[in-house]
Amino acid sequence: MNNEYLLQIEDLSVSFDGFKAVDDLTLYFAKEGVHAVIGPNGAGKTTLLDLITGRTRPTKGHVRFKGAELTGLREYQIVRRGVGRKFQTPSVYESLTVFENLEMAFPDKRSWFSAWRFRRTPQIVERVEQVAELIYLKDRLHERAELLSHGQKQWLEIGALLIQDPELLLLDEPVAGMSVADREKTAELLSGLAKGRAVVVVEHDMDFVKKISNHVTVLHQGRLLAEGKMDAIQKNPKVVEVYLGH
Amino acid sequence: MSTTSTKPPVLRRLASFFTGSKQSRENLSFLVLSVLLLAVFPLCLDVFRLNLVGKYLTYAFVAVGLVLCWGYGGILSLGQGVFFGLGGYCMAMFLKLEASDPASTSIQSTPGIPDFMDWNQLTALPAFWVPFRSFPFTVVAILVVPGALAFLLATAMFKRRVGGVYFAIITQAIAAILSILIIGRQGYTGGVNGITDLKTLLGWDIRSDSAKVILYYLNAVLLLGGVALGLSLVRSKLGRILLALRDKEQRVLFTGYDVATIKRAVFVLAALYAAVGGAMFTLQVGFMSPSFVGIVPSIEMVIGAAIGGRSSLFGAIYGSLLMNFGKSYFSEEFPELWLFVIGSLFVAVVMLFPEGLAGIDAPRALRAVKGFLSRGGKRPAAGGLGVAPDVAPAPSMTPGGTP
Repeated sequence: MNNEYLLQIEDLSVSFDGFKAVDDLTLYFAKEGVHAVIGPNGAGKTTLLDLITGRTRPTKGHVRFKGAELTGLREYQIVRRGVGRKFQTPSVYESLTVFENLEMAFPDKRSWFSAWRFRRTPQIVERVEQVAELIYLKDRLHERAELLSHGQKQWLEIGALLIQDPELLLLDEPVAGMSVADREKTAELLSGLAKGRAVVVVEHDMDFVKKISNHVTVLHQGRLLAEGKMDAIQKNPKVVEVYLGH
Repeated sequence: MSTTSTKPPVLRRLASFFTGSKQSRENLSFLVLSVLLLAVFPLCLDVFRLNLVGKYLTYAFVAVGLVLCWGYGGILSLGQGVFFGLGGYCMAMFLKLEASDPASTSIQSTPGIPDFMDWNQLTALPAFWVPFRSFPFTVVAILVVPGALAFLLATAMFKRRVGGVYFAIITQAIAAILSILIIGRQGYTGGVNGITDLKTLLGWDIRSDSAKVILYYLNAVLLLGGVALGLSLVRSKLGRILLALRDKEQRVLFTGYDVATIKRAVFVLAALYAAVGGAMFTLQVGFMSPSFVGIVPSIEMVIGAAIGGRSSLFGAIYGSLLMNFGKSYFSEEFPELWLFVIGSLFVAVVMLFPEGLAGIDAPRALRAVKGFLSRGGKRPAAGGLGVAPDVAPAPSMTPGGTP
């Protein structure tokens, strides 16, 4: 195994009561850039993310991140190694402020004891403000998260991942439910983030995928259907059939 | 903050310490509670009633622990009686051994052992009783025995992702098991009567009036200390993590927190609070029995906290006091009604005011009641009555949901 790829997925399979959600999948993800994973509903995209992040155990196969095996590790251990995951529905702490949401995700003092004794240092404040600026929420830092718009909550969640400086960012439908203007801003945000880290995006919005991704993987029924640049994918007859015909 | 330049800076600082922000209102509540416990009650009540309040305040320890693990962490434990009882029994064992010296028990077949052991034809002190001759050991045991049990339970449950309703039911089962165990092993534990006839603590007669007053103050000081500790937790990042855990456990896990260990820590902390309460109970009331260990007392402890406000340290204490006053009153006047009263209270809290009395926003509740009456008693259009808008609503007690 060479270390050219940040994330290596080999022969990955998981089956739920006989139903093969992911079937012998082999994929490679580079260290930088935006890699989109698309496919019709039920293709196994979210399951793939679950397998990478340790939420689901595979029945077969390997997930290697920076050369080390991830399968078998607990979720929080995988997060601490540099893998950040965003869920489909915005998952922010509604009763806390934007600042507190970001501070919570700060990758330090995570045991119960150190969290009890945690003191907000200027270094942390600076980092939180830095990330808040990136996610367009700098002037809403001290508002409660429940008052943000849907798009802003999505950004806040991305922000909470960013503050941990992950090398691999897994985003599950980051622009779902967003207005056109917000999608533009998100595209800008993600393209900026992809310099220096790998961003994997699971999405249904094809325009968005075309705009930001360097590489596209198409899944169908848990298997790899096609890979390549978006232009080639859109012209691929197998892909067209799977998306349009049944 | 006052802008008048005529107020001396000390007063201004005092004013801002006690008013303005949420934190300073908590400081004020702490002051009020301290004055109430340390000055008002002792001055207004006779020794008998003061001792009674002292007894109720031992349940308040359990309530404070529950605010931390349930109100903040979302972990409902319906078995706090277990830890209360274990703490209480440890203290009772020490006191009983002190009261069972060979001189006072000379009429027994086997002098030098507790009377109930003699009745059960035991001829020697069981091995696990022997270390309780030592006071330092007892003090340590009061914390370590319940703490270790809580640690074991939490490890077995939380590491396996057992939480919510299932965890609550298991805590009930443990409460039932322990009370049955205690009742069954009469010779070792005193059985259903418990451990009674406690006289002195290191030579000091705990039954005298002066002792009762001193123990009351000790209890009050310990409780206030416990509240201060709780406030420090609640205001810290750990407090925010617990709130986040309560509402969105998965997100916290995926932010890189070892959720199982954090939950275990707060559950053990709640157990320690309950244990101290139990030990203080034994000291003030003079006995400990399995009737404080089982399912019903454990549920009563939760109801006390819920009525007052499960996310409010002060609310839970007042709720606990209120519940105990109510229990005494009803047990005297209408004993059969008591179970119905607490049952209905529990339902009312869950359905109408999930954050308890502390969460009731009085003007809004009043408006809701007026609206209800003006509509001729029909249901209102929007949600529940009187829950303050800036208090996060408690998740409902639906099956599969975290209560």
